[in-house]
Amino acid sequence: MQYVDEFRDSRLIKKTIETIQQLADPTVHYRIMEVCGGHTFSIYRFGLHALIPSNVELIHGPGCPVCVLPMGRIDEGLRIAEDPKVILTAFGDMMRVPGQTGSPLVLKAKGRDIRMVYSPLDSLKLAKEHPKKEVVFFAIGFETTAPATALTLLKAQEWGIKNFSVFCNHVLILPAIRAILDSPDMRLDGFIGPGHVSTVIGCRPYAFVAQNYKKPIVISGFEPLDILESILRILRQLKEKKSEVENQYGRVVPWEGNRTALKLLERVFELRSYFEWRGLGFIAQSALKIKKEFSYWDAELRFGTQGITLTDPKAAQCGEVLKGVLKPYQCKLFGRSCNPEHPVGALMVSSEGACAAYFHHVYQKTEL
Amino acid sequence: MCLAIPGKIVEMDPYDQMPFIQTALVEVSSVRRRINIELIKDEEPKPGDWVLIHVGFALAKISEREAQDQLRILSMLGEDKQAMEELQGYSMEEEKKT
Ligand code: SF4
Repeated sequence: MQYVDEFRDSRLIKKTIETIQQLADPTVHYRIMEVCGGHTFSIYRFGLHALIPSNVELIHGPGCPVCVLPMGRIDEGLRIAEDPKVILTAFGDMMRVPGQTGSPLVLKAKGRDIRMVYSPLDSLKLAKEHPKKEVVFFAIGFETTAPATALTLLKAQEWGIKNFSVFCNHVLILPAIRAILDSPDMRLDGFIGPGHVSTVIGCRPYAFVAQNYKKPIVISGFEPLDILESILRILRQLKEKKSEVENQYGRVVPWEGNRTALKLLERVFELRSYFEWRGLGFIAQSALKIKKEFSYWDAELRFGTQGITLTDPKAAQCGEVLKGVLKPYQCKLFGRSCNPEHPVGALMVSSEGACAAYFHHVYQKTEL
Repeated sequence: MCLAIPGKIVEMDPYDQMPFIQTALVEVSSVRRRINIELIKDEEPKPGDWVLIHVGFALAKISEREAQDQLRILSMLGEDKQAMEELQGYSMEEEKKT
């Protein structure tokens, strides 16, 4: 229990770990997936994986929006920026993600106008300030981020800003969870549910996990104690042979979610019939598309993107790590040709990517 | 990017100021920025309320205690600097000079 003492609630933490030890049947190997990259980050930062019994395995899920974006989409976005009239804007997390022809940062250094923004509304503002340019926002993110893009599109329409468009790559967490549950090589016992996505979608939509697939799911906060308590609650449900949706993060996540945000999503977006995810392949109805009413601001239509598929570099095992089949350090490139300085895959770039989290908080420390 | 930043509403802006974006001035560790508050309009935000901020938008109203906890977890995760950078990066009109 090396790290426990640095926690504020170290006594409570110790107690929670003890209860986890009591609840976990030593003859069973438990596999619990934390869906959200923020949780992965927290788990490695605090060494939580080392505090719980070794037969309770934490599997890292697909909840890092940069990581699940397939390389084809990245390159397609970057191709839009080949047009000298275009200013491509993207979140900071995207800037170092490698595409086949280089990351946004590399292409920026080669002269393409690619800029980092912190908010989609700032992209719209940029378009207003540069009427002779075409500003394209490279939108990524789950249900947490999609309402911000939706509102920005609504504003573009309201204000009649014509030199702005969105390259939409918003994805949905529930179809990804379903795909993982349907995947034959994946045996999971329960889920630590995402925190901030749930402030938007609420807890109700997770019911299928508990009812149809009979797996416990506990929506969790990000503090060490939150995550440990969620593990405890999952183990308790398993012991009592229950499968329910529980909200451990009730102090932030309302059961019903954010209705205004949900209405906005419905107003601006519709479901794509298919979308490609890195590692998980094509998943039906798993991503958002800009509705016809707003098609004027849809960069895919404005720039006629082709819908290309690119395969990852051969030795890279991002897909397996994203599915939870491999641990980051089991990838052949980990720490060798793939490291945060020279990332081969997106999982090594974003702080929520499992490889970067493991590299910074476990690997580097043990190497020193 | 999924870890939201807690901030306190200092001042509400009139609807027509931006124009047609409902914004509020929020403060996080003495840095002030304008953010969009339309996603929480049903919760009737007002000065003194704490909110969770994500990509320039208030996503949910939270308690002061939760806000403090969230700030602490950000700093424990070593993400506090990045969060402040993000906040300072929002370009929706700089802090009003008083
Ligand atoms: S180490 Fe690099 S190549 Fe291997 S899975 Fe992680 S990000 Fe992908």
